[in-house]
Amino acid sequence: MAGDNTAAGYVTHHLEHLKAGSENGFIRFDTWHLDTLFFSTVLGLLMLTVFRIVAVRATSGVPGKLQSFVEVLVGFVDDSVKGSFHGNRGFVAPMALTIFAWVFLWNVMDLIPVDLFPILGQLIGLEYMRVVPSADMSATFALSISVFILILIYSIKGKGVGGFAKEYLTHPFGKNPLLIPANLIINTVELLAKPLSLALRLFGNLYAGELIFILIALLGMTWTGFNVMSLGLFFGQLVAGFGWAVFHILVVTLQAFIFMTLTIVYLGMAHEHH
Amino acid sequence: MGISIPSVLGQMIVFLLFVMFTMKYVWPPIMKAMEEREAKIRDGLAAAEKGKAALAEASSKSDEELKAARTQAQDIIAAANKQATQLVEKAKGDATAEQQRIIASGHAEVEQMAAQARDALRKQVADLAVSGAEQILKREVDAKAHAEILDRLAARI
Repeated sequence: MAGDNTAAGYVTHHLEHLKAGSENGFIRFDTWHLDTLFFSTVLGLLMLTVFRIVAVRATSGVPGKLQSFVEVLVGFVDDSVKGSFHGNRGFVAPMALTIFAWVFLWNVMDLIPVDLFPILGQLIGLEYMRVVPSADMSATFALSISVFILILIYSIKGKGVGGFAKEYLTHPFGKNPLLIPANLIINTVELLAKPLSLALRLFGNLYAGELIFILIALLGMTWTGFNVMSLGLFFGQLVAGFGWAVFHILVVTLQAFIFMTLTIVYLGMAHEHH
Repeated sequence: MGISIPSVLGQMIVFLLFVMFTMKYVWPPIMKAMEEREAKIRDGLAAAEKGKAALAEASSKSDEELKAARTQAQDIIAAANKQATQLVEKAKGDATAEQQRIIASGHAEVEQMAAQARDALRKQVADLAVSGAEQILKREVDAKAHAEILDRLAARI
């Protein structure tokens, strides 16, 4: 494999982004994660293309298979939004659909063999390659910060600036001026916890999943020839890889669903008077 | 591992564009199609329900009309029977009267004929008696003189 040929080298190599820029700290201000941007955008365009094709050909008569599938998705998202968000769904529902489908596609990339795209990338001279956008905090935080901004917008839209400020200062403990600091602290924590938890939950699940896939891939890398040990480990890789992939089908769907549902719930809460 | 702030901003812009696209070009047509189909199905079901109700109403109405027609038919038959009976009764009455009349006229004729016969017989008897008496009393009796007596005699017979 690429990098040095130790296990640690393999893993580290797989967790390195294809970058433009030279910074290497935890928070990088001058670096682009090209792989994340590329894959997430391509997946998003794929999703929008399919949706658009269905939208153009949509008929109120007997729907085709693709239209039925997208309608199920749309109906499901619309019902979810209806349940938690009481207001004009014109923006929130399409956004929820975008989040669900997009995050789902990001997560699905985790099921592609971990070495496939990196090897293909190396053939065209790309040293590093990470294909799961949701295993990159840049992508998950981009979504959750967008949601955070929407929470602020909908809070103000639903309650007005005054109402939002009043709730921020007097909720949940009470109107007593002495309680304002306590209210302020708890509301700030609550507000910030929302985007943080959204982004980190998705990132953590998919990053961990990706890491496990990489570790499983390591099993077969110790191949030394046709002996019991190598064959056993190879077999172990097949079994473990299969098992983890099956489990991941659940994680992939669930995490996309959770992200969407929490977004809707947060926006619903923000929009509503207390 | 790390987070790239430019990538975050880039992703946010992409996300915003995707949401805008979905909101403008994806969601409304699909939703419209779904709602239209829903309306179609709802209308169809309502029409079916209405048709069913109309059918039930029509069938009950036809039942009623059938019933009415049956009673009417019964009435007509009863009336016809009654009329027929009346006609028969009347015919019978007429016939009886006619019979009586015929019988009465028969009787009258018989009586008349009998009276005529009796008169004729009486005349013959009177003639016979006169001629017998003539022969017996050829000489002594003057027909002209005793004609009154003889007529009285003939009337008594």
